[in-house]
Amino acid sequence: MSIDLPAGSPPARVAFYNDPKVRSIAYQVALCAVIGFLVYEAASNAIANLERARIASGFGFWHTTAGFDISQTLIAYSAQASTYGRAFWVGLLNTLLVAGIGIVIATILGFVIGIARLSKNWLVAKAASGYVETIRNIPLLLQLLFWYNAVLKALPEMRDSYKIPGGIFLNNRGLFVPEPIFGNGFSFVVIAFGVGIVGSISFYVWARKRQEQTGQQAPVFSVALALVIGLPLAVLALSEFPLTFEYPQGGRFNISGGIEVLPEFAALLFGLSIYTAAFIAEVVRAGILAVSHGQTEAAYSLGLRAPPTLRLIVVPQAMRVIIPPLTSQYLNLTKNSTLAVAIGYPDLVQVFTGTVLNQTGQAVEVVAITMAVYLTISLATSLLMNVYNSRIALVER
Amino acid sequence: MNRIFAILALAVVFAAQSASAQTLKTVKDRGMLNCGSNGTLAGFGLPDAQGKWTGLDVDSCRAIAAAIFGDANKVKFVPLSAKDRFTALQSGEVDLLARNTTWTSSRDTSLGLNFVGVNYYDGQGFMVRKTLKVNSALELNGASVCVQQGTTTELNLSDFFRARNMQAKTVTFATANEAIKAYDAGRCDAYTTDASGLYAERLRLANANDHIVLPEIISKEPLGPAVRHGDDQWFDVVKWTLNAMINAEELNITSKNIDEMTKSTNPDIKRFVGTEGNYGEQLGLGKDWAVNIIKHVGNYGEVFDRNVGAGSLLKIDRGLNKLWNKGGIQYAPPIR
Ligand SMILES: N[C@@H](CCC(=O)N[C@@H](CS)C(=O)NCC(=O)O)C(=O)O
Repeated sequence: MSIDLPAGSPPARVAFYNDPKVRSIAYQVALCAVIGFLVYEAASNAIANLERARIASGFGFWHTTAGFDISQTLIAYSAQASTYGRAFWVGLLNTLLVAGIGIVIATILGFVIGIARLSKNWLVAKAASGYVETIRNIPLLLQLLFWYNAVLKALPEMRDSYKIPGGIFLNNRGLFVPEPIFGNGFSFVVIAFGVGIVGSISFYVWARKRQEQTGQQAPVFSVALALVIGLPLAVLALSEFPLTFEYPQGGRFNISGGIEVLPEFAALLFGLSIYTAAFIAEVVRAGILAVSHGQTEAAYSLGLRAPPTLRLIVVPQAMRVIIPPLTSQYLNLTKNSTLAVAIGYPDLVQVFTGTVLNQTGQAVEVVAITMAVYLTISLATSLLMNVYNSRIALVER
Repeated sequence: MNRIFAILALAVVFAAQSASAQTLKTVKDRGMLNCGSNGTLAGFGLPDAQGKWTGLDVDSCRAIAAAIFGDANKVKFVPLSAKDRFTALQSGEVDLLARNTTWTSSRDTSLGLNFVGVNYYDGQGFMVRKTLKVNSALELNGASVCVQQGTTTELNLSDFFRARNMQAKTVTFATANEAIKAYDAGRCDAYTTDASGLYAERLRLANANDHIVLPEIISKEPLGPAVRHGDDQWFDVVKWTLNAMINAEELNITSKNIDEMTKSTNPDIKRFVGTEGNYGEQLGLGKDWAVNIIKHVGNYGEVFDRNVGAGSLLKIDRGLNKLWNKGGIQYAPPIR
């Protein structure tokens, strides 16, 4: 047996089994084989035992009619016509919805509070640190229960709903807003929106280049606003508003029609965002403090005022410190959304490892699928954040 | 979290253990019966402030301990929520499940359970606030209904509305506690569960008199104890403990007169108390297995009465649960 060595390296003087490289590869192969064998043994034993106990196994349940209702469904779902597989997707989308919006709110809130904590204004700084210390130190589950009960107790019954101008209703069954129905010609508005976005990006690129060359600044923000919002609105007006609304209507028990925001969703969203924001605030504060004060002083001595100093000098450098721990906060928020179970929000765990597992009795399969899903969501989030991180990371010249 | 651990444990158990088909021996060696029961439902399974458990299902477990050990206290009760109960039984965490569980075909087959019989014939009902002025479940079109997940209740609810072309807004909670609290806070117009459960849960509401139970019973809910597939001897022990309690009531054997009954010359009673035949031995138990059940726990009628019937807070009518010869459908095969 011979081993290929990279060209130019000295010929091996030791026997191949004493070569550390060969040894380490051999150990790893052996370890993989042992682990593989154990996994195989465990899996086949589990299958045999399930069979002996005559407990159903396999993934056939995926296509069986579900038969139970779900309170919030982003895709069409009905108890009689949809399958357990469909219920899985409903639950997954509900998880992604609350996690996605939660991440946006928590990030904004966290940045504001993190920066506020460093404010020279005594009251602002103390209020921000009070927020962080209180929220961080109370278990999330308690906060969720608090928010849920606060939401339910504070809002009136259906008959005494708060009516907000524009056809909006608010009561202890949720928030009901008119649902836009897009008529003919609405596609032009969508196209205008797309054009607006592309236009804004091009303008930004152009403005940057010009600034680099001439030092002149352009009003990027106002131009972008006009393009992204003004342009579609103008098209909407020109095409005579092909947009109607379905208004929520009071019935005997409930308000129906329109878009419904459930109290369970609101409570979970508040709870998750407010809790995670406290951690993000600390991450942001630490990131900003990590940028040496000399940078700020240098910016000031170049004549930059405080806001552009923060925006152009401090934050970009702080981001390098902030991104990695921020990623784990995003992952925490997503995983914490499984506490939905406690307040009746139909997330993936509530629907799938709750009802579906119980009705099918197929714990092993259902839990394996659920774990795979959370793993995928987490890895995807990390991947995105890592890509972003490597883009803003310090480039050594 | 606990739940995830329980399920991981289940996976490990399935992977590692070769199915033990010797539950009776295991229980005897352990000196203790592990009984999966309801921890929050008055009348069926509920520990009091001193940690003493009471309930119809609790007494079913005590009766088994009495039959095996001659001591009704050798039971460890494991409180289980509706959605976790089957996993707990499948994984061997409990020896049997006596937790107001409805006997259905899928649970009996693909979930790997064997139901031993019915200790309470129940059906699903609705409770609403009186201020709604609803008199029938058929008027509930468009209502929000709070329900507990992992139950037949959840499925019946959707069937009931579907079959009548009505709409319901179902809000599903993991435990009865959460569901009833949300109902009490006004989140739902109606709360639905087994009728027996409605009586019990009503007592937990802030103001029980503001709520009424609607007349409709929308399903069959035969509740009974269940064991795992694959252990016939244990299945028999649990099954015949329940049958003994029902037969005792029919034979007028009670916890008060059991000592005199051991001297009876009636052949049915002689077989029951073990002075004739070896029916206890056939089950793998002692001769006086049935005597111990009645002496330490009581017959079915006594147990019903003190837990859910006239002698309890719930005061539920015996109804279907009367003996077959008294106008009900409780009927046990004979011991012989
Ligand atoms: N009999 C039904 C329902 C059983 C059930 O879980 N009932 C509820 C309401 S009566 C309960 O016991 N909840 C108590 C708890 O989960 O703590 C079934 O087997 O699915």
